Amino acid sequence: MATLSQKGEPLSDNNNPDLSVEASSARVESASSSIHSAGISGNTSTLRGHSVVTLDDLSPQQIIELLRKAEYIDSHRRQVMHTCDGRILATLFYEPSTRTRLSFETAMLRLGGNVIGFAGAQLSSVSKGESISDTLKTVSNYADVVAIRHPKEGAALVASRAASVPVINAGDGGHMHPTQTLADLATLTSRFGRVNNLTVGLCGDLTFGRTVHSLISTLCRFGNVRFVLISPDELKTPQYVLDRINDTPSCSFVQTRDLVGVIGDLDVLYMTRVQKERFFNEDDYLRLRDTYILDEDKLRHAKPEMAVLHPLPRVNEIAVEVDNDPRAAYFEQVKNGMLMRMALESSVLGDELPGYEAWSGKEVYA
Amino acid sequence: MEVTSVTNGIIIDHVPAGTALKVLQFLHIDPAKTKLALIMNASSQRYGTKDIIKIEDETSVDLNVLSLIARQATVDIVKGGKIIDKQQPSLPEHVVNVISCTNPRCVTTTEHGIDQLFHLMHTKRQEYRCDYCDEEAKF
Repeated sequence: MATLSQKGEPLSDNNNPDLSVEASSARVESASSSIHSAGISGNTSTLRGHSVVTLDDLSPQQIIELLRKAEYIDSHRRQVMHTCDGRILATLFYEPSTRTRLSFETAMLRLGGNVIGFAGAQLSSVSKGESISDTLKTVSNYADVVAIRHPKEGAALVASRAASVPVINAGDGGHMHPTQTLADLATLTSRFGRVNNLTVGLCGDLTFGRTVHSLISTLCRFGNVRFVLISPDELKTPQYVLDRINDTPSCSFVQTRDLVGVIGDLDVLYMTRVQKERFFNEDDYLRLRDTYILDEDKLRHAKPEMAVLHPLPRVNEIAVEVDNDPRAAYFEQVKNGMLMRMALESSVLGDELPGYEAWSGKEVYA
Repeated sequence: MEVTSVTNGIIIDHVPAGTALKVLQFLHIDPAKTKLALIMNASSQRYGTKDIIKIEDETSVDLNVLSLIARQATVDIVKGGKIIDKQQPSLPEHVVNVISCTNPRCVTTTEHGIDQLFHLMHTKRQEYRCDYCDEEAKF
């Protein structure tokens, strides 16, 4: 079980509060001039004013801090309910995603803040041809933090560069969805108390699943994970993701087609949906889709403490009967997603959670 | 094959065989308006074949841009008929508005007024990826 100080990559650039000016000039300017922020300059993991477009924008230390905050929020819901009083979150959803939008909005409401926004581009000025940059420059005047979902890859980066307030990527096409991975990590810590020293099985569509790629590369940053990549030959993990594992000496992987054969070795089983649109013929799709249906029969071979994760929505890859199994963690993942968004929103706003003690960086996170 | 050398100008040597025209295009050198000599598929001890570009009255080229499409190329600066400087291009970390992203799902296809940005991902493979969507650059 690793301590955080062991992991300690040298404090990277994005820990430097000065650099946050780039992400959000106006807000940080005013924040850094306050006496308060000068007083916490020793806290190198501050996220105040940062945009989060990909998880690479966060250091492992900052991710751990968010995980700790989410845990704290869960057990101190009353104490934190006024953390973001008077703040406004703008949810700019250029494509519908009820689940994610509700999670972002609930997170802000539970911290005492308010929410504005739109869902669906046809309702917004986009339909009149406004650019992302212009929309963000406008909304920056209204809101204190922005969550954006957009069908185009890289849209969140464009948004974060145009905005003068922190921008959180709520999914940019098939590219990045950092808060989903934060929810995955929070679920691992709530189940195991750690995000390393685990055997993590990922099952289903490993070619196109962005959540899988993002989870693998983030876990590699923490190290000490054995990956078991379970997929049909048609949906194997892309080479650049395997390279990422190979570049991490403490991590390893095996590839297999057989879920039942390996399920007994796993601490975590991350199921994904096999998407119909990836196939040229219906037969292949139906055959592959039904290969990996997780049911109580298969779970019988698994460890009693294994956790089953799924980014949701599921179609039929997890049988409904599994929902009642204590190993099913996918609805917990939804809760953790909201808690992580609460932690993230309050952190980028620089609003301290009452009673929360910042992580010293020395204690063992296990 | 002999071509009279330039007196004042530059010689881009060791250009990968067959790519000289593309190099000119990337360097924004208009062959219709520039006094230049193109030698294509000349024999090279090092590479087997190569292209050479000799340009009169040009004093410099953008080495960063050159390195993207002709990494092995060398640049000789010629003055008064003599080579006064030899330059070797090196791969830039960031590339701004030189190549365009070809990913149809990339935000650069719809958002107006933003730069085409690429970053060097892998030096050995000379792999550049789009800052926005992480798609690999195609040259």
